[in-house]
Amino acid sequence: MPGKRRRKPFDFSTALVFAISAISGLTVYLREGSERFFAIFRSDVLLFGNMMPKMLAGCLIGGFVTLLLPREMVARLVGAESGLLGLLIATATAAVLPGGPFTIYPVAGAFLGIGADAGTAIAFITSWMLLGYNRALVWELPFFGPDFVLWRIVVCLPLPFLAGILGRAAIRAFALRMESAPESSPGNSA
Amino acid sequence: MMLAVNLFLWVVVGVLGFMAAMRGTHLFRASARESIIEFLRLIPRIALGVIGSGFIADAMPQDLIVPWIGPQSGMLGVAIATIGGGATSGGPVVGFSIAAAALKGGAGAPQVIAFVTAWSLFSIQRIIGWEIPAMPPRVVWLRAAVSVPLPFIAAAGAMLLAKP
Repeated sequence: MPGKRRRKPFDFSTALVFAISAISGLTVYLREGSERFFAIFRSDVLLFGNMMPKMLAGCLIGGFVTLLLPREMVARLVGAESGLLGLLIATATAAVLPGGPFTIYPVAGAFLGIGADAGTAIAFITSWMLLGYNRALVWELPFFGPDFVLWRIVVCLPLPFLAGILGRAAIRAFALRMESAPESSPGNSA
Repeated sequence: MMLAVNLFLWVVVGVLGFMAAMRGTHLFRASARESIIEFLRLIPRIALGVIGSGFIADAMPQDLIVPWIGPQSGMLGVAIATIGGGATSGGPVVGFSIAAAALKGGAGAPQVIAFVTAWSLFSIQRIIGWEIPAMPPRVVWLRAAVSVPLPFIAAAGAMLLAKP
């Protein structure tokens, strides 16, 4: 089911949002009249219009970074460093790495395959989820505007690092074994 | 502020584009074209979510949102938002539409941050669909486990660092 999902401009989730939006729009129109309906419509169209140049910039940056920073290079860069510096590098790299889950997870799997520890992988994935500029710029910004998004990112800044430290502490405290055969990760590192 | 953000982004685009062009005009053009197509594909979905969330916020009864996850709901509201975010499946359009609708409808900003953080970290669809196939499952579960406190820390940070 994934993989295919990105190709289509409309999928089930979008259809669901569309249905709920349409019902809500109708409710607003019937309950509060056309003036209120168009006031909301206008302000949201304006918000979206204002964000469009930033979304386009986000897409272009994503395309160019993908071209300039191949995945294998990222895997080697992050996989080579351990310790706290490794966590910092993982956090910083994931924040600037464009792409969706289909690029991020294989990269994390690949550097686990070449010997990075689970804490590094955790910091990397958490950073992509919370700090990734690509998602923030292209997806989050049109919904919330720059003030909110910047503020959220500042608040989340230490979290990937923290998650990595917590992960390492848990491995040590409970003597967890993480190096079990990475059955699905190799192949990407080649 | 808006102008500065725009300016900064387009300077970055210019610099990266120049570096990409140094690698070869053909690569540069292909990459730029692909990015623009990606952008055009995204427009209908995001526009729908952004405009829809405005209507959803207005149609939803405010007295339902405010007591639960309003600005006065404190850490209990953060906990509710965290559970809601973790339970929300679906792509970014769904997650951000709900969050934006809640914010417009009277939810507190730290609670919305908890929701977005939890949704980002725990979206079960993404864990099962993408993360488990690409990574050793033990690492995935460990990641999910150590991520549990993060939405709370983010919300607490947001309360301390009041929104500008």
